[in-house]
Amino acid sequence: MAVPHTVDVLVIGGGATGAGVLRDLARRGMTSLLVDREDFATGTSGRYHGLLHSGGRYVGKDKVAARECIEENRVLRRIAPASIEDTGGYFVATPDDPDDYVEAFADNCNQSGVDCDEVRVADLLAREPAINPGIRRAFRVPDGSIEPWGLIEAMVADARARGSDALTYHKVIGMEVAGGRIETVTVRDERTGSVSRVWPKFVVSAAGAWAGQIAALANVKVEMTPGKGTMLVYNYRVTDAVINRCHRSSDGDIMVPIHSVSILGTTDIKVPDPDDYDITRAEIRRLVDEGEKLFPSLREMRILRAYAGVRPLYQAPADTVAGAGNRSISRAHAILDHADQGVDNFVSIVGGKMTTHRLMAEQTVDAVAQKLGNTTACTTADEVLPGMEPGHHYWVGHRLADHEAEGGGDADLLCECELVTRRMAEAYLDTHWPCSIDDVRRGTRVGMGPCQGAFCTFRVAGLVAERLDAHTKATGRPAPGTEPGTPEEVGHAPGSGSLHAAIADRALTAFMRERAKGVRPIASGRQLQELMMTNLVFVDVLGVESLSTASALVFEDEEAVDAAR
Amino acid sequence: MSIADIVREATELPVSRSADECLKCNVCNTVCPVLRVTDKFPGPKYSGPQGQRFRLAHLQPIGGPGSANPPSPDASVDYCSGCGWCTTACPAGVKIAEMNNQARARLREGTRPKLRDWGLGQTDLTGTLGVAFSPIANVAMRNRPLRRAMELAIGVHHKAPVPPFAKRTFHATWKRRQAKAGTGSGKAQPGPDKAIVYFHGCSANYYEPHVAEAAVWVLRRNGFETIVPDQVCCGLPLISNGLYEDARAHACKNAKSLARYAKAGYRIIGTSTSCTHTIKAEYEEMLDMRDEDTRAISAATWDIMEFLLDLHEQGRLDTGFGRLDEDLPYHAPCQLRSHGIGLPALDLFALIPGLRARDMDHDCCGIAGTYGLKREKYDIAMAVGRPLFDKITASGATVAACDSETCRWQIEAATGVRTRHPIEILAESYRAMDRARGTAEPPGA
Ligand SMILES: Cc1cc2nc3c(=O)[nH]c(=O)nc-3n(C[C@H](O)[C@H](O)[C@H](O)COP(=O)(O)OP(=O)(O)OC[C@H]3O[C@@H](n4cnc5c(N)ncnc54)[C@H](O)[C@@H]3O)c2cc1C
Ligand code: SF4
Ligand code: SF4
Repeated sequence: MAVPHTVDVLVIGGGATGAGVLRDLARRGMTSLLVDREDFATGTSGRYHGLLHSGGRYVGKDKVAARECIEENRVLRRIAPASIEDTGGYFVATPDDPDDYVEAFADNCNQSGVDCDEVRVADLLAREPAINPGIRRAFRVPDGSIEPWGLIEAMVADARARGSDALTYHKVIGMEVAGGRIETVTVRDERTGSVSRVWPKFVVSAAGAWAGQIAALANVKVEMTPGKGTMLVYNYRVTDAVINRCHRSSDGDIMVPIHSVSILGTTDIKVPDPDDYDITRAEIRRLVDEGEKLFPSLREMRILRAYAGVRPLYQAPADTVAGAGNRSISRAHAILDHADQGVDNFVSIVGGKMTTHRLMAEQTVDAVAQKLGNTTACTTADEVLPGMEPGHHYWVGHRLADHEAEGGGDADLLCECELVTRRMAEAYLDTHWPCSIDDVRRGTRVGMGPCQGAFCTFRVAGLVAERLDAHTKATGRPAPGTEPGTPEEVGHAPGSGSLHAAIADRALTAFMRERAKGVRPIASGRQLQELMMTNLVFVDVLGVESLSTASALVFEDEEAVDAAR
Repeated sequence: MSIADIVREATELPVSRSADECLKCNVCNTVCPVLRVTDKFPGPKYSGPQGQRFRLAHLQPIGGPGSANPPSPDASVDYCSGCGWCTTACPAGVKIAEMNNQARARLREGTRPKLRDWGLGQTDLTGTLGVAFSPIANVAMRNRPLRRAMELAIGVHHKAPVPPFAKRTFHATWKRRQAKAGTGSGKAQPGPDKAIVYFHGCSANYYEPHVAEAAVWVLRRNGFETIVPDQVCCGLPLISNGLYEDARAHACKNAKSLARYAKAGYRIIGTSTSCTHTIKAEYEEMLDMRDEDTRAISAATWDIMEFLLDLHEQGRLDTGFGRLDEDLPYHAPCQLRSHGIGLPALDLFALIPGLRARDMDHDCCGIAGTYGLKREKYDIAMAVGRPLFDKITASGATVAACDSETCRWQIEAATGVRTRHPIEILAESYRAMDRARGTAEPPGA
């Protein structure tokens, strides 16, 4: 896809915020281009907890944020039904939670407009037997879970239908500022290495935790305080509703059921570099120690993997408090007009939450529209996103039900754990090739179940090689992404079977490396056994070490094995 | 303590949570008899631990919280026969068969049970009526057009094996005999080392009183009087048809009547491997009943062959077996494997001179309780059991043996070979000895 030379607005960052901005701009008639250095939602928007906030977590300290959450919660349920599961949520008072917080909770909800009903503890325990039977009180709120990938794709589709576009794997690497404006923005295609320039009228940075880096390219200072949060993915539904502890939000105090898994989170640790978010064993221990207060048998439940994301926390220069813990920084967002630093056609949108991304986009586009003299009103809260059916929420059984409706069985499954059929993977590849298996994962959930890729990766890799062969056979030309000059092509004849096999091998090893990364920090018990079985499949059966791309493949983690002993 | 009790601890995990243990190794799929013969069933791995991840965590009424969710999305789980092979085979301890059973129950949650599934669960009701009207009922059940009409009306396959009703229930016969002999009232009851409590279940009560009589006779020969307390169907047909609440009511009644014996040290002996397994394991596992009475009867329950083999191991079994010069194909029912007690009938057969008992070494006859009776499953059940039927037919034997009633009926219907409970074979062998010694007495005297 060629990079256009001129656009009304260039949006940097393909997370929820950027996609929301792109959609809003397009709906107001401003033709725009979005670029992301990787796939959509590979930043924080793909590495968050999955909670559609009711606002309940903020009622104690940030009533504005709480009110924004509940209002946007209602909007998103309406416009993005398919991305949301209406799980409902509860705040429960464990013996460890302070009385005064619990006493004030219902009132606080009331003041922020968050619907809240106290329910009988016995009723909740009957419905959710995994919860600590020692809880004293329980309040029901309209929490839900929200899935990012489909949501972002739908927003981009809405924008594309209106003449805008979005490019993944295009990284912003430079800006040329002249006469108080950004003149050009330099973008590099991360897959081919080719560099091009865009002349936008206006630039919006929706780069989240990376906003500081983007601003620096225009010599503008944006002080981000990236906060790393680690989460643990449990194998299946520990609960059917979101369960929060009724106290001032802290580590390991919330379980969110989303898709076929439940996610326990989070931690909050200040990190200097948003790309540096290794997970430590201390964090995992802390999560489980805290989580146990909510779910006493947590330690017996199987953890599939751990992952982390970085909060795009922004601290306005004035209220910088040295030494303050990260959780005290406002989660609410800020729109920074960089005219104050001498760049007139540049705003950054920082902070915020997944739940409030649409509102953030609306306010950002309001600011842009004013500058560009556009007076069209925002309509993003009015219409259901393309491809979604009004009122039809996601539910956990939908994939199994859909698969059954098509005849069921496992003959055609690439990924048995997440029920990904060959047809689903093909459909994704049809519209997204060239891409990685990790992209296919985001699009289809391939490899996200208990085996973490042990039985599906080689099938998807086979599919990749098969498709490349088919393309060359049908057209007589190298398939996209395998043209001369691409990294994979070196040492192989264009269009040859060996080239296609090499690409499939590379896709396979890259994906397994990525999966292993999330499993290793938690590998013990069954999940460690699973890892060993994966090892058996890939090393002993498939002989993966003999592949040209295997050098960096590490399945066996001695540290994890030791830790489990 | 039976062998199964010794390892119980190791596998004590709630059914739904055991999905966590799955390593995706596929062993369960390789042993599933149903998966082998039909595409309609996706297999234990798929409908068990995999399907579990797409079901809500806990039983939930339709409608809450949030949107109206159908209770379980996979209708195909209904094709699991419940034979239990997968659970036995899984190296990780996933309770697949039990999970499937719960999913089936959820499938029916909130919907009225099919008349057929309800009816197949009401073994006491059908049994009582059937025995009362046995002359008519037995003719009716042999009548082709009537059976076809029944298939249309309630979905029980017209060829499915249905045994004739007895003329009088075992229980009634027993009561009458006790009354005649004046036992039960005046005489002191023998202690737990001199008597056992007999759980006859439905089959021996309504269809095969001769099995019960053989059991009583063999037990007496080995120094054990029989006590037959009030009892109802163990509840398994209800459990396999997803009717847990009704099954719980049955379990409660049985626990109430049997617990005082169990607590006094009496062993509860059954001639149906499925009833005994239900009491031993399913009351707790499937019905979630963990009260003192239920636990007491679970711990006290034995399969009759298990009990007799135990006597033998203690040197207390009367080994004066008479010669039976014949081939005896033997089928070990699925339920027996779930007991985890080996194949005690075969060990006992080995004591009978001349008897050439041979394990048919086939996993499942297909019937799996009431599964093979159902219109949509009859062909599957027949295909599952086909290799077994062929082997039995090829053996040329005139009698076969099997511990479980529905399997016996299935084998008889499919092969025409008379199929008997192992206790009947033992009884026959003792009688052969008596004849040889000239001390024969009529059974049941
Ligand atoms: C641990 C954790 C848990 C959270 N849980 C929740 C929750 O449960 N509910 C909720 O509502 N919110 C939650 N949040 C907050 C929420 O996830 C984020 O606020 C939101 O996803 C931010 O979206 P974004 O689009 O602003 O940023 P991002 O999604 O990070 O998008 C920024 C994008 O910019 C791209 N980019 C960076 N540099 C460049 C470059 N040079 N050129 C091109 N592109 C570039 C990145 O690749 C990235 O895709 C959580 C956050 C964290 C960290
Ligand atoms: S119980 Fe039997 S039929 Fe059902 S899945 Fe297991 S092995 Fe297959
Ligand atoms: S045998 Fe057990 S561990 Fe293996 S796939 Fe089946 S359920 Fe999973």
